[in-house]
Amino acid sequence: MISLSQYLIVAAILFGLGIAGIILNRKNVIILLMSIELMLLAVNTNFIAFSHFMGNNVGEIFVFFILTVAAAEAAIGLAILVVLFRRLGNIEVEKLDLLKG
Amino acid sequence: MTAIQVIFYAFSAIAVFSGLMVVVSRNPVRAALFLVLAFVASSGLWILLQAEFLALILVLVYVGAVMTLFLFVVMMLNAEGVITRESFVRYLPLGSVVILLVVGVIVLVVTSTHVDLVNVPVSQPADYSNVANLGLVLYTEYAFPFEVAAVLLLTAIVASISLTHRPSVNRKAQNASAQIAVQAKDRIRLIKMRSEKKNSPKKAGQ
Repeated sequence: MISLSQYLIVAAILFGLGIAGIILNRKNVIILLMSIELMLLAVNTNFIAFSHFMGNNVGEIFVFFILTVAAAEAAIGLAILVVLFRRLGNIEVEKLDLLKG
Repeated sequence: MTAIQVIFYAFSAIAVFSGLMVVVSRNPVRAALFLVLAFVASSGLWILLQAEFLALILVLVYVGAVMTLFLFVVMMLNAEGVITRESFVRYLPLGSVVILLVVGVIVLVVTSTHVDLVNVPVSQPADYSNVANLGLVLYTEYAFPFEVAAVLLLTAIVASISLTHRPSVNRKAQNASAQIAVQAKDRIRLIKMRSEKKNSPKKAGQ
């Protein structure tokens, strides 16, 4: 049978790929948002694995709420992106230096 | 190797491969489609973990709604064609060090004896309903957070519409409150002017 550690390792690799996507990608904000979605997916997999192996379903409830928040976040993030594209004409990460950060 | 292990390794390999392709692919459309594949493979893993409802929700809500929204925005913004590899190569050493550190530390922790949950839980009988079980907890103990989540979604609707809504420039809409609040002196305007002669040459033609 599959042990808990194997599920957690798969989720860890997905989470690391999400972090790598945020670090590596300096061109497109949309791929940045996709990397965040990938990290959320890994965290949700962790929650469900623990919920299954501990034998209660509170973790699944938590995943339900995380999915809700992630959907709202994606909708608002993409709306901000559309407004940004209308103002600036591009969505490259390196050119978004209006705040001189 | 049992059938469950084969399924697990297949879905894990697909999920990890498509996650990698999300990060390294140049084309945002292709990245979005690989993210869809990662979601589908993960929902297979969730089915293996007996979380059927959430696996279906992942496919329906994420693949069906959120990723469709992503694809719409990617195609609407049309930001492809300017993608170069230089920044990718520049940050590749830092990125690989960070990912190796993070994944290595997590793997060290979860494979050690600190994670004590090695015993596989008993599988549920065939008439066990994950949806009913989830609903029983969600609508009783977590009813208030459920409603807060509903309000959060409403906030997201209002926020995204108010962010992206552009008022139309030449719309011929009625102003109802101005129409109701009109006074009699607004309706008629008396202008004093001199009377004209009856058969003036200008108006003769009309």
